[in-house]
Amino acid sequence: MQPAGRGAALSIRGLGMVYRRGDSAVEALAGFDLEVADREFVAIVGPSGCGKSTLLKLVTGLRPPTSGSITLYGRPVTGPRSDVGIVFQTPVLFPWRTVLDNVLLPADVLHLPRAEYTAKAKELLELVGLGGFERNYPQELSGGMQQRAAIARALVHDAPLLLMDEPFGALDAMTREGMNLELQRIWAASRKTVLFITHSIAEAVFLADRIVVMSPRPGRIIEIIENPAPRLRSMEDTLAPEFGRMVHHVRGLLGGVPTGAAL
Amino acid sequence: MTAWLRRAALPLATFVVFIAVWEAIVRVFEVPPYLVPAPSAVAEAFVIGFARANYLGHAAITAFQAVSGFVAGSLLGLAIGILVVVFPTAERIVYPYVVALQTVPKVAVAPLIIVWFGFGMESKIVIVALVSLFPVLVNVIAGLKAVDQDRLDLMSALGASRWQILRYLRLPNALPFIFAGLNTAIVFSVIGAIVGEFVGANKGIGFLILQANFALDIAAAFALFVVLSIMGVTLHATLQWAQRKIVFWARAEEHFRA
Repeated sequence: MQPAGRGAALSIRGLGMVYRRGDSAVEALAGFDLEVADREFVAIVGPSGCGKSTLLKLVTGLRPPTSGSITLYGRPVTGPRSDVGIVFQTPVLFPWRTVLDNVLLPADVLHLPRAEYTAKAKELLELVGLGGFERNYPQELSGGMQQRAAIARALVHDAPLLLMDEPFGALDAMTREGMNLELQRIWAASRKTVLFITHSIAEAVFLADRIVVMSPRPGRIIEIIENPAPRLRSMEDTLAPEFGRMVHHVRGLLGGVPTGAAL
Repeated sequence: MTAWLRRAALPLATFVVFIAVWEAIVRVFEVPPYLVPAPSAVAEAFVIGFARANYLGHAAITAFQAVSGFVAGSLLGLAIGILVVVFPTAERIVYPYVVALQTVPKVAVAPLIIVWFGFGMESKIVIVALVSLFPVLVNVIAGLKAVDQDRLDLMSALGASRWQILRYLRLPNALPFIFAGLNTAIVFSVIGAIVGEFVGANKGIGFLILQANFALDIAAAFALFVVLSIMGVTLHATLQWAQRKIVFWARAEEHFRA
């Protein structure tokens, strides 16, 4: 679902990445093209080692690509940008900071006024369901709660684009389902653009407006699938036949990928 | 309180038995007091020392030298450590000298330092600082470098400067390491002060120990060892207390990362 009239938030053209170590070179990503509209939720699925995380590192500007270009809100990405919020596979919270101070870390680094952003951080903690835990330390929270705090941190500096690198991969199935619902709600409430990397097909289909299916190394796009199901989606919707068909289709694409001997 | 008593009971009983056996052996075998004094003689020397020989004043001087030198050496170690980690070129220039300095036993350098800084407290403080510097420095460097790549990525993605990464990530991350170094340094600091006093001093516990040895007053020497032990244990316990207050997350850290 890509309503007309919204500009492209993220534009990736001909992106390629080759890692060199000594004489050997590994091609992680090749000829990757993707346009993400403002406020769109795009999920990227693919087998392990398909360059999903590489893609994320390139979009965040943590590494320069070998070839191609990335444009964020009209400006080419040349290094880390403050208009991007990131949620990693693990919460990456600092144990010496309270939950509130962890959420305020981007404000500290970006020299934003603390008083103003403290109010905002508290609102966000409320939004992610951590109201009342401001003064706790992350090690006192469960894994799911820690990842919620990490999401609040990624949202605090008003970055319009949220990059999520398998954020719920370390959580158990029950917690994960709950977090998917929460994320959808947060996304709808915060009106962000989300690029969500996962290796769970069901998660991708449930969350995304579009699902980008990638091939194994070097990562290329096999197909981009639209999920027109209306928002907000509930867990019941995952039982609908269209949902099942979509999951089945993506699984077929991933299963049909030529992998060495199984060609 | 009762739980504490129960926990303390066994070590306390062992201590009492040990002292009683020692006393008995010295009395039964009539061990000459210039070889091994009886615990009762040590206790007597201890009380007399504090009452007449100003042990408290001498202990204060030794403790002051140890603590000042410890603080100076630790701060220097922290400063050099930060410099070396923030400017990798500095590591190649500074570190060889630091290691070279460390391989020279401080006892060997002590007489020279007495010559340079005199018989007063300054020379002891310098010796203690030199002794304390290395364990702190090594741990500061290790701690500042032992940062998770994920945490670094997080800071980099926010566009954090080198100093921001130091302030918000590397320094707090290094605190558990730094305290490990401080714990070693505080023990070294008492040794350093005593070494300094052995080489040349007219005050302090080390000076008194030398005097007692020359006079073959072994009971007094033992009493002075007890004073030193009390000093060392107190300093170490104070540091441990500070560590628990400051690095409150360290115990949870491993569990937290898993």
